[in-house]
Amino acid sequence: MPPTSTRVTNPDPVQDTTPETALDKVQNTVQNTESETVQPVVTPSYTTDSAIADYKVVAAVHPWRWVGTVVVAGIAAAILYSLITNPRWEWGVVAQWFTAESILRGLGQTLKLTLISGSLGFALGFVLALMRLSRSPLFSSVSWTFSWIFRSTPLLVQLLLWYNLGYLYETIRLGVPFTSITFAEFQTTSLISQFAAAVLGLTLNQAAYSAEIIRGGILSVDQGQIEAATALGIPRWRRSTRIVLPQAMRAILPTAFNEIIGLVKGTSIVYVLAYSELFYTVQVIYNRTQQVLPMLLVATIWYIVITSVLSVAQYYIERHYSRGALRTLPPTPLQKLRGFFTTHAATGTSINSSKGQL
Amino acid sequence: MSLATTEVSTRGEVAVRSVDKSYGTTQVLHEIDLDVAQGEVLVIIGPSGSGKSTLLRTINHLEKVDRGTISLDGELIGYKVRNGKLHERGEAEILAQRTEVGMVFQNFNLFGHLTALQNIVEAPIHARKVPKAKAQARAKELLARVGLADKADAYPRQLSGGQQQRVAIARALALDPKVVLFDEPTSALDPELVTEVLEVIKDLAKSGTTLIIVTHEIGFARDVADRIVFMDGGRIVEQGTPRELLANPQHERTKSFLSKVIEPAFNI
Repeated sequence: MPPTSTRVTNPDPVQDTTPETALDKVQNTVQNTESETVQPVVTPSYTTDSAIADYKVVAAVHPWRWVGTVVVAGIAAAILYSLITNPRWEWGVVAQWFTAESILRGLGQTLKLTLISGSLGFALGFVLALMRLSRSPLFSSVSWTFSWIFRSTPLLVQLLLWYNLGYLYETIRLGVPFTSITFAEFQTTSLISQFAAAVLGLTLNQAAYSAEIIRGGILSVDQGQIEAATALGIPRWRRSTRIVLPQAMRAILPTAFNEIIGLVKGTSIVYVLAYSELFYTVQVIYNRTQQVLPMLLVATIWYIVITSVLSVAQYYIERHYSRGALRTLPPTPLQKLRGFFTTHAATGTSINSSKGQL
Repeated sequence: MSLATTEVSTRGEVAVRSVDKSYGTTQVLHEIDLDVAQGEVLVIIGPSGSGKSTLLRTINHLEKVDRGTISLDGELIGYKVRNGKLHERGEAEILAQRTEVGMVFQNFNLFGHLTALQNIVEAPIHARKVPKAKAQARAKELLARVGLADKADAYPRQLSGGQQQRVAIARALALDPKVVLFDEPTSALDPELVTEVLEVIKDLAKSGTTLIIVTHEIGFARDVADRIVFMDGGRIVEQGTPRELLANPQHERTKSFLSKVIEPAFNI
C-alpha cells in the first residue's frame, strides 16, 4: 500500500435516501468503516495510471548493433580495398574480357544448358515425385530406382558415359526386340553430340534430385486438402496440379532455387566434354594467355550476376505463391522504398493494389 | 429458394448393408446396417473412436469397406457386381459417384490458395464440366445463401472459422449433391461461431436434401434430426427419433454417454 493513501479520505460514501431501519444503520456504519480503509487505495492508483497513459513510448535501444555495424563496415572496406589495390587481380584484363564475344557465347551456352536441363529436369522430377507417391507399386518402385541410380553415380561419370555411349552401343535401333524387324537405325556417335550428352546427363541427374524436393513439398501439404479435392470428385491430375502443387510450392521453392543456382554453376562440369560453355571458354583463354586469376574472375562475376537475378526472381515467385497462406502479403522492397518517401496511408493503398494484381 | 434445383422421385436414398471395416487388426465397423430415406436428416452421435466418421467416409468411398455394400439410390458406391463378385469401379466412375455426395469436414479443408469463389467453382467446372460463367453465377448464389455474398474474393485465411465452414458448405452444395455428409462440422469452431454454421445446416435440412450429420452438439441434433443413431465400439447401439433416444434411451451405454454430454440442467 502506498504511504500517500492515508491522505485521501472518503467523507460519506453511503448517502441513502430511503428510510433506514436500525439494523440498516448498523450495517451502514460497518460499511463506512470498511470503505474508509479500502477507498483511499483505489483513488491514488487511478491517478498514477492516467499519468502513465500519457507517457511517451521509447523503442528499445540497441547500442551493440551500432558497434557491430561499424566493425562489419570496417571488414568490408578492408576486403574491397585489397581487391581493388592488389595488382595481381588484373582488373584491366577482367574488364577487357568481360564482354568479349567468346565469353558472351560461353555465357549463352551456360544459360541454355541451365534453362533446358533445369526445366526438363524439374518437369521430369514432378512426374517422378507423383509416381513415387502413387499407390501403384509399379510406378513407385520405378521412380525409386531412377532416383537411386542417378543419385548414386557421380555426375561426371554419367556425362562421360552418355558421351561415350557409342563405345558401348555402336548403333541404336528402333524395332521389335529379339527379332530382326527394324524401323530405323542410327549411328550412336551421330545421335549423341556434346550438347545432347550434356543435356541428357544434367537433366536426368537434376530430375532425380528435384523429384525428392517436389515429393517433400507435396508431403508438406495438409492431407485434408487432397481429401477434400477427392471428395469433390476432382480428377487426379487436376488435383495434383491445381490443388496440391501450388500449395507445395511454398516448401519447394527455396530448395528448388538452391538447385537451379547450383545447376548454373554445375553446368561448368560439362567442360569434361569440351563443351564450350562459360567455364570451358574461360579455361581455353587462360591456357593461352596465362592470365588465370582475372579470367576466373570474369567467370565468377558472371555467375554472381546470374545468381543475383535468380535470387530476385525467387523473392517474387515465393511472394506469388504465399497468396492465401498469409493474411496480407508483406510489401516488396520497392514498395517499402516508396512507402518510406510517401505517407503511411499511401503505403497501405500501394500494398492493397499490388495484392489485387497478384 | 430451393437448394435442389431438380426434384427426382428417388434422390438421396442411402442403404448401408452389413458393412465391416478394419484398420489393421482393429475392427472399427461391425455389421453396420442403416437406411437413410430421401430427404431425411440423420444425426449420428457417439463417443470418440466409435466409428461415426469412418462410417460417414465409407459413404463417398473415401474409405473402402472390407465387407458389405453401400448404395445410393440403388447404385452400389465404389463397386460393381459382376459374376457374383464385387469389383471395384474405375477411377472415373468413382469420381462421378463422389460428385453425387457432398462432404463437409471438421477442419473445413478449404483450398488455402484459392478464393472463396474459386473454391466453390473448382469441382463444378472440373468434375462436372459446367461452363465457367454458369458455375460462377451459381457459386455467388450459394455464397449469398450462406450469408457471405461479400466474401467471394476473400482467401480462407482472411475468414473466421465459422465463415470458412459456411464457404465449405456452399462448396459441397455447388455440385447439387443428393446427399450431404457433415463430419463434426462445428468441432473446430469457437463456441460463439457454432450457431452461424448450425443455422445454415438447419436451413439446408428444410430443403429436402438428405443429410447425414456426425456431431457432438446434442441440442442441435434434437432440433434438426429426423432420427438419431447412437454408435459405440463400431456398432449401432440404438436409434430413434430425438425424443425417443434423448429422453428415453434404452441401452445402458446410451444412457451413460448422454449423461456425460448433456448437462444436468439441460431440459429435454
